[in-house]
Amino acid sequence: MSFINIFKTDATRRVALSAGHVVPDSSRCVQCGICTYNCPIGIDVRAHAWMGEAIKHSECLTCGECVARCPRGVLRFERTDLFTDGAK
Amino acid sequence: MRYIVIGSGVAGVAAIEAIRSNGKAGEIVMVGDDPHGFYSRPGLAYFLTGELHDKALFPRTREDYARLNFKFQKGRVTKLLPTEKAIALDGKTYLSYDKLLIAVGAQAMPLAVPGANLEGVVKLDHLEDARRILKFARRGKTAVVVGGGITALELAEGLLSRGVKVHYLLRGDRYWSNVLDEYESRIIERRLQEEGVTLHFHTELAEIMGKSRVNGLRLTDGRTMRCDILAYAIGIKPRAELARDAGLSVDRGILTNEYLQTNDENIFAAGDVAQVFDPATGRSVIDSLWHLARDQGHTAGLNMTGERQTYVRNTPFNVTRLAGLTTTIIGSVGQGHDEDIVGIARGDSETFRQLPDAIVAQSGFDVNRVRLMVGEKTLLGAVVMGDQTISTPLQRIVRDGMDITSMRDKLLARDAKIADVVVDFWSKYKAN
Repeated sequence: MSFINIFKTDATRRVALSAGHVVPDSSRCVQCGICTYNCPIGIDVRAHAWMGEAIKHSECLTCGECVARCPRGVLRFERTDLFTDGAK
Repeated sequence: MRYIVIGSGVAGVAAIEAIRSNGKAGEIVMVGDDPHGFYSRPGLAYFLTGELHDKALFPRTREDYARLNFKFQKGRVTKLLPTEKAIALDGKTYLSYDKLLIAVGAQAMPLAVPGANLEGVVKLDHLEDARRILKFARRGKTAVVVGGGITALELAEGLLSRGVKVHYLLRGDRYWSNVLDEYESRIIERRLQEEGVTLHFHTELAEIMGKSRVNGLRLTDGRTMRCDILAYAIGIKPRAELARDAGLSVDRGILTNEYLQTNDENIFAAGDVAQVFDPATGRSVIDSLWHLARDQGHTAGLNMTGERQTYVRNTPFNVTRLAGLTTTIIGSVGQGHDEDIVGIARGDSETFRQLPDAIVAQSGFDVNRVRLMVGEKTLLGAVVMGDQTISTPLQRIVRDGMDITSMRDKLLARDAKIADVVVDFWSKYKAN
């Protein structure tokens, strides 16, 4: 991975840590499992990607490992709206 | 009611999910000759590079399968008997069906040179192939990779990451010339060279040498090279022989109508083996794309339960990683013929290779690059390399045939910042 991408990922991660959650684009996903394999707390990110569901898992650290490692750009951070479903 | 699904890839699994999602009872049997059942075949590339363990390639647990309530029967289907509504398994067992899905995929085109059956000659169809490659890579020093497209690069990168010296042979003058433009090919080639791959252009394999194991090869120009591994990916071939032998309509793949139904009303086909009628263009097309195989399997599954759903073909697109660079190819980006690929390649669509009637707009440097095929009123295709921020909007703009009149001149302006123009267009569209 180039340095440019590493810096960008880090910047994205800082924002996401405070205010985001991970969202998949399932049409880009081939279920390889790199996301699930690298999740430090064992969330099955791949299963969410199959269903096209956001990872609104209470234990998700939004560490960004899955986003950074996905070889196909399936995952991205989205800002959580604390006053609607994000606060559930 | 008994449903039989032949093939354990994504089309087959999607079909079973669709049958069950419809609340249909009935027995479902999946028959497959891959002993490992359903796993991510595109993920094999990342198993080769060591980014993930092979156990991680399996998306489903036993419990998931139990919920879908189907039986997996390992075995090779040796004959289809449409009149009797039955299949023959390993030449001896017969299984009858009410509705049958053929989703057996495609397999690597064989190399047609002497020595192609020597030990150390490898391809990448299945998990067992990947394991074999790793076994050879452990004791091999030098590998030669032959072929174009995505799989050949995956082989090169996998071998390289295992410490093997890699030579990549191309018959033509650049990489994947029927999909990428010259600039894009050169980006990939340069990155491969930087990683340590030696590229050989205008080079054609004539013979693989060795007694029982590969020890070298000879090229058509007479030169020889030493190597321990020869990996090839020169294209794929739909596994349509069973269907052809059974009298089903087969062209290059098994022909289906827009309901994924073959010329036998009880037999459906989906995925890489299917050549599907597209009412929008009036043509029957093979797409070798994972998400379209899933879509096709889903529609076929529903229709096997008696529904009548038209398969709506989404704009073919593929996301892949070429020499470490995430690349999205959307719609028609065509460049014509490629000598390195016979027919269709894995992760390819025939649509990519159509020559669109379009003006090309492009911008960006090296790792972040966008190329658009700009039609009269719509975008016909795009290639996005590196930063993928705009690839999702572009997918939508191409797929929905959105009217791009408001940004067309800006896109075609000299030194246009294309990504900015697209983002601006997209934000306005989202705001409305």
